[in-house]
Amino acid sequence: MAILLTKDSRIIVQGMTGAEGRKHTQRMLRAGSQIVGGVTPGKGGQTIDFEGACLPVFGTVAESVAATGADVSVVFVPPRFAKNAVLEAIDAGIELVVVITEGIPVHDAAVFCAHAGATGLAAPSVRTRIVGPNCPGVITPGASNAGIIPADITGPGRIGLVSKSGTLTYQMMYELRDIGFSTCVGIGGDPVIGTTHIDALQAFEDDPDTAAIVMIGEIGGDAEERAADYIKAHVTKPVIGYIAGFTAPEGKTMGHAGAIVSGSSGTAAAKKDALEAAGVQVGTTPSGTAELMREIMKSLP
Amino acid sequence: MDLYEYQAKDLFGAHGIPVLPGHVVTTSAQAQAVAAELGGAVVIKAQVKTGGRGKAGGVQLARDPDEAQRKAAAILGMDIKGHTVHRVLVTPACDIAEEYYLSFVLDRTQRTFLAMASVQGGMEIEEVAATAPEALAKVPVDPRFGVDAAKAAEIVAAAAFPPQVAQAVADTTLKLWDVFAAEDATLVEVNPLVRDTQGSIIALDGKVTLDDNAAFRHPAHAALADPSGQDPLETAARARHLNYVKLANGQVGIIGNGAGLVMSTLDVVAAAGQAHGGMRPANFLDIGGGANAQVMADGLEIVLGDPDVLSVFVNVFGGITACDQVATGIVQALDMLGAAAAKPLVVRLDGNNVAEGRRILARAAHPLVTMVDTMDAAADKAAELAAVTFAKGA
Repeated sequence: MAILLTKDSRIIVQGMTGAEGRKHTQRMLRAGSQIVGGVTPGKGGQTIDFEGACLPVFGTVAESVAATGADVSVVFVPPRFAKNAVLEAIDAGIELVVVITEGIPVHDAAVFCAHAGATGLAAPSVRTRIVGPNCPGVITPGASNAGIIPADITGPGRIGLVSKSGTLTYQMMYELRDIGFSTCVGIGGDPVIGTTHIDALQAFEDDPDTAAIVMIGEIGGDAEERAADYIKAHVTKPVIGYIAGFTAPEGKTMGHAGAIVSGSSGTAAAKKDALEAAGVQVGTTPSGTAELMREIMKSLP
Repeated sequence: MDLYEYQAKDLFGAHGIPVLPGHVVTTSAQAQAVAAELGGAVVIKAQVKTGGRGKAGGVQLARDPDEAQRKAAAILGMDIKGHTVHRVLVTPACDIAEEYYLSFVLDRTQRTFLAMASVQGGMEIEEVAATAPEALAKVPVDPRFGVDAAKAAEIVAAAAFPPQVAQAVADTTLKLWDVFAAEDATLVEVNPLVRDTQGSIIALDGKVTLDDNAAFRHPAHAALADPSGQDPLETAARARHLNYVKLANGQVGIIGNGAGLVMSTLDVVAAAGQAHGGMRPANFLDIGGGANAQVMADGLEIVLGDPDVLSVFVNVFGGITACDQVATGIVQALDMLGAAAAKPLVVRLDGNNVAEGRRILARAAHPLVTMVDTMDAAADKAAELAAVTFAKGA
C-alpha cells in the first residue's frame, strides 16, 4: 500500500518538454511509473517518444486530467513559472503535486501552499497535497516513482523514509538496500514546504506496509522539534533520526534555502535533543543511523 | 540577503515610509561634513549586520560637526560581535516621544506570513516576546490576499496603538507590507517606529532580509550585495556559481554533492578530527547532483586555493550522476589543474556504478588521491592527512 504513491498513481509531468523533464520522465517510466502525459503551455497536441511509451503533451493540466485521469503531477517548471504551474495543478484537482524545481521564491511557495489548503494537521481536509518544492520527490520502490530519486538503489521493504535532503535520502536507501523501503519521501530543503516531517510520520504510522521510520532533518526552522513532539504523542512505530549541520555557522545558508541557523534557533543540537527527549535514537553519522535501523529491523517480528 | 540599516531605510523611503535623511560615510572627516550639512545634533550609527549596536557603543549622539568627527572616528573600525564597522550612517537626532515596533516575517512553521506589532518598541523584540508576550501582537497574513486597509487596521488594533497615531501607523503598516511583498522580503522590521515630539511617525531603524531565490525578478537587488563584507573565496566561488561557504578555523577542504550530504560530511569530519589534533572542516561546497568534470575542477580550484586547507575530502554519492562519471570528472579536473593541485585528496565514492568509478580512479593512480570506501573512514583519513601537514607546519 505504501504512502502517497502507488502503482495505480497516474502521473503527468509539468515541464516534460524541457531537458530535465524529458530526462526524468524517461527514468520514471523505466522505474515502472504510470506516466500518462505531459503539460507545457502552448505545446498541446504534440507527442514525445520515450523508450517504451509515446506520451501526449497537453496545453493545460485540466485538459490532461480530462484526457488521462491523472491524479499526480511532477513539476519541473523553471522557478519563474512554477507558481502558476502549481496553482493550475491544484485548480485542476490533482491530488498530489510533487515540486522538484529548486529556486522558487518563498512568496510564491507560500501562495501555492495556502491555495492547496496544505496546512497539514491543522486542516485535515487537504485538497491537494504538495511535496516540495526543491525536493527529489516520492518513490514507492517496485511500484512507482514521482521525481528524481534513483529507482535502482533499493527495492520494496518495510522502512519508511522522510528527509529534507536528496543525497542523504539516496545514501540511506543505499545503506539499507538489502532491507528495502515502503516509501521514501523527499520533502525538500526550502523554508516553506507543502509536506512536513509530521505529515509523513502520520502517513507512515497509518500505513500497514511500514514497520519502522527513518527521519532525516537538518538545520533551520523548527520542523524537527515539532516532529519530535508529534512522535511522542502519536507514533507507535520505531523511529530513527539523523540531523545534519552540527558544524554549520550561524547566519549562513548551507546550500538549501531553508538550511540556516538564525541566532540560537534552528540548530542541529536543539533538534537532536528534542528527538532524543521524545525517545528517538539519533545517529551521529549516516552509516551509524543505518546501523541503528538495521538493529531495529532485526528486533521486529 | 540581509541589508544594512541604511539600505533598509532607502527601501522604506522608496515605498513611502517616513524616514529621516542621512548619509553613509566611511571616514570621520566625511561624517563631520555630513553633520555640518544636516545642521544641529546628529546620531552616528555603525552599519553592521547584527543586533546590539547600541549596547556595544556603536550608536552615539553628536551635538556638533566636531563631535560628529570624534564619535565617527571612535565607531569606525570598532568590532561589534565579530563584525568590523566600515561605515557609519550620519542622520539627524530625533526627539522621541514614544517607541513602537512593527514587522512582517515569514512564518515557516505555519507556511504563511506574520505581522508583529507592539507599543513597546526600542528594545530587542525577542526580549519583549520573552518578558511581556501580551505586549506583542501577532497577526497571521494570508499570502494570497496580503494586507489591505482593513487588515492594517486589524494589526494596529491588535497591538493597541494610541488613537492619535492609529491612522498614521496603519498607513505605515500598509506601506511596510508593500516593501515586504513587492521586494520579495522574508523580513521587514521597523524598530523603533517612533512618534516624535511633533507627533510625526518615523521609521528610525530598519532591518530587511531579501529572498535570494527571487533575485531573478529584482535586478536592482544585485547592487545591494556587499562584496566587502564577504570572504574573498566566497566571492570567487559565487562568480563560478558554486554553492560555497568558508568556515573559520578549519583545515580539511570539503567537496560533496547535495546540501544535506555536504553538511553531514562537515559533521563527520569535525568528529573524526577530534582524534587528529582537532582538525576541522574548512568549507562547505555542494557541487550539486550533476557533478561533471568542469564543476569538479572549479570546486577543486576554489578549495585548493584556500591557504587554510591542508587536505581535501571529496565525498560523492552517485545518485542521478553515476560514480564512473564522477570519477572521470575528478581525474579530468586534476589534469586541468596540473601543478595547482598540490594537496592530498581523499575520495569516497558510493552508489550508482561505484565499482567502475573506483576502477577509473585506481587506473589513474594519481599520487595525491587516496580512495577510501566509507564516509566515516574517509573523513578519518582526511583529518589524519591534514594533521600530518599541520604538525610539520607547527
